[in-house]
Parts: sequence; C-alpha cells; structure tokens
Amino acid sequence: MLALMDSFQATIDADGRIEPRDAMPEGYRKTLIRQIAQHAHSEIIGMQPEGNWISRTPSLRRKAILMAKVQDEAGHGLYLYAAAETLGVDRAELLDLLHAGKQKYSSIFNYPTLTWADIGAIGWLVDGAAIVNQVPLCRCSYGPYARAMVRVCKEESFHQRQGFEILHTLCNGTEAQKAMAQDALDRWWWPSLMMFGPPDASSTHSEQSMAWGIKRHSNDELRQRFVDMTVPQADVLGIRVPDDGLRYDEETGHYSFTQPDFTELYEVVKGNGPCNEQRLAHRVKAHEDGAWVREAAAAYAGKQAQKKASAA
Amino acid sequence: MSGSGSLIEPLWEVFVRSRRGLSHVHVGSLHAPDATMALRNARDVYTRRQEGVSIWVVPAADITASSPDEKDEFFDPAGDKVYRHPTFYQVPEGVDHL
Repeated sequence: MLALMDSFQATIDADGRIEPRDAMPEGYRKTLIRQIAQHAHSEIIGMQPEGNWISRTPSLRRKAILMAKVQDEAGHGLYLYAAAETLGVDRAELLDLLHAGKQKYSSIFNYPTLTWADIGAIGWLVDGAAIVNQVPLCRCSYGPYARAMVRVCKEESFHQRQGFEILHTLCNGTEAQKAMAQDALDRWWWPSLMMFGPPDASSTHSEQSMAWGIKRHSNDELRQRFVDMTVPQADVLGIRVPDDGLRYDEETGHYSFTQPDFTELYEVVKGNGPCNEQRLAHRVKAHEDGAWVREAAAAYAGKQAQKKASAA
Repeated sequence: MSGSGSLIEPLWEVFVRSRRGLSHVHVGSLHAPDATMALRNARDVYTRRQEGVSIWVVPAADITASSPDEKDEFFDPAGDKVYRHPTFYQVPEGVDHL
C-alpha cells in the first residue's frame, strides 16, 4: 500500500493525472467527491433561476437560446455526477445528500431573478465567474473531473456571450431598459465576487487542494482575474460597476476593488439567502414528481428483458 | 420521500464517433434503465452540438479492465523490446525511403 501511495505522490509531483482505479489517499477521494458533487448540484440548481424566465422571454429567439442554455446546465450536472461516480459513490446517493441539505451548491443560485436583465447578468457575470473558476480545473489532477471540465468550459462560453448580448441589447434600448441592466449589475456584482469563495487567509480547503493539484490558483487570484476581465466589458455596455473603490492601477496593470461583504456569503451558505428554501424545495419536488417516469422506464425495461428472455 | 436509491438504473459507458473515419472514443457515462434509453440519453447528454455521428453504449458492469495495481507487471513484457520501434535501427547515411 505504501508503494502505491508513493506512486500517487509521484504522479502528482510530475503533474500527471490520477485515474479512477488508482490508489489515492482517502482525503483526496473525499475532497474530490465533495467538490465534484457540490459542482454538479450547482449546475442543476442553477437551472431554476433561469428556468424562471423561459415562459417570459422577450422573443422566440431568446426563448430557444434560454432553453438550450438551461438544458446545457442539466448536461453539465450529468457530466459531473458521472465524474463523481468514478470515485465510488452513486449519483442517487449524492442527490439524496443534496435533498437532505447535507451537501451544498453554489450560493449564487440562492438569489432571485427579478427582471429579464437578470438573465443577462447571470450569463455575463455568473457564467463569466464560473469560467474563471473552471478553466484551471481543466488541468485538475483527477482525470475524469478535468475531462468533464473541458466539455463544460467549451459550452460555457456560449452562455457568457448570450448573457452579454442580452445586456448589450438592453443598454442600447430605452432609458428604462438601460436602467434595468444597471439594476441587474448592481444586484449581481457582489454575489458574483463571492463566487470565488472566502479570502485566501480564511479559506479552509485551499492549501491541501493546491498541493494535490485539484486547485491551481487561489480564490483571491481568481477574483482579481474576474474583475480585470469584467470591468472593461461593463464600460462597453455603458453601465457602472457599483463599487466606489474601483480604480485601475497603472503600475500593477490590475484594478483595485472593494472586497464583497463575506458575512453575507457565510449567511447564504448557512441557508439564510433569499431563495435557499425555495430552491431546495423545488428540487425535491421535481425529483419526486419525476418518480413515475423512472418507475415506468424501469417497468418497461423489465418487460422488454423478459420478452427477450422468453423468445430466446 | 421515496429515496432516489430505490430504483437503481444501471450505469452505461458512452463512446462517440465524432466523424466518419475516426474510431469511437469514450466520453463519459450515464444511468438508464435499458440500452434504448441509454442511447437516447447519450445523444441528449453528449451530442447536443453535433459532436457525433455514431454512439455506442456499453453496460459498465460488462467491461473487463486491467488493474492499475499490477500495471507494472502487466505491461513490463513490452518494456525491454525497444527493437519493436523503427527508431531502434541505425540507418546508414544516404539511405532514403527506409
């Protein structure tokens, strides 16, 4: 066993990839299951705030796009559950943990989508932040997770662009439409910054995850990258990032910005966000309402197998 | 609540041929009650952007795999047979097309 662990460490040290049936420390396995499950849960819970607007899109074109995007989120969830299962857990088990509130999903999805502009803001900011988080995960040391992230990242860039396009259209519309875009940015800016997690100094899992090659950059580094990328885009839209402390630092080539209020993040993680209860209740209901479909499919499969057996 | 574990749908490994002339490549896995549903689900999950022209689904339980624990012993026999590679041979100056 010791030799096998040496081979794990050697693989990590050489920046190689760990594959499903390789020997790995229990902590590595557990960390990955927790992270991948949380990521998968975020994808499927993330369908809700956007699904909220499918029946009210301003045009048929927007409806088709939004449906495709929400379907992608379901697909991303499935890629990720499949990756988690290679670590020896069952998807059904993970869903039970989500439904029981024992595993988390990204706090960002506990905020409501009040206006159509929020759908733009989610694509631009939330998916933009997700991309910044996820691109380095394409090089994660665990093979199946990294491969799933490659697929996810390819698809996310459509998500981000469609969001930007929604806001760009609003910003070039009437005063009221532009104000709606500004309002969405005002509400989504801070929660988006929180998506990168607590500041490095108080991030509990970071150090070990870096050593294992699961995480490649610190929370603060990624947050900075997001701000640098996003502020010029807000300028193109002609709306204002709601941060009085925001300024471009010629010397460093980076924006300095105000940190979000992390007590809000901790509160939402604890379950006290505006939509926590609603999101989980809806998820559980959707799962229970779908039980008859799973039962019918299983019954049909059983009947077909029986027919085949008796014909043989 | 009827736990999601009450119905165990078998796991299927999915292989996609991205275009004619290429072989099927493993892309991931999914759960489905039977092969027909597995194919349909695989289409929806793994080829939403025309990533494939053909899909295989294989029950994961039916795959026999070499064990990573014995990878050294298992693959060792090929290790000392470098003469199987063309680069093992010295070709005199001026000899072309060899």
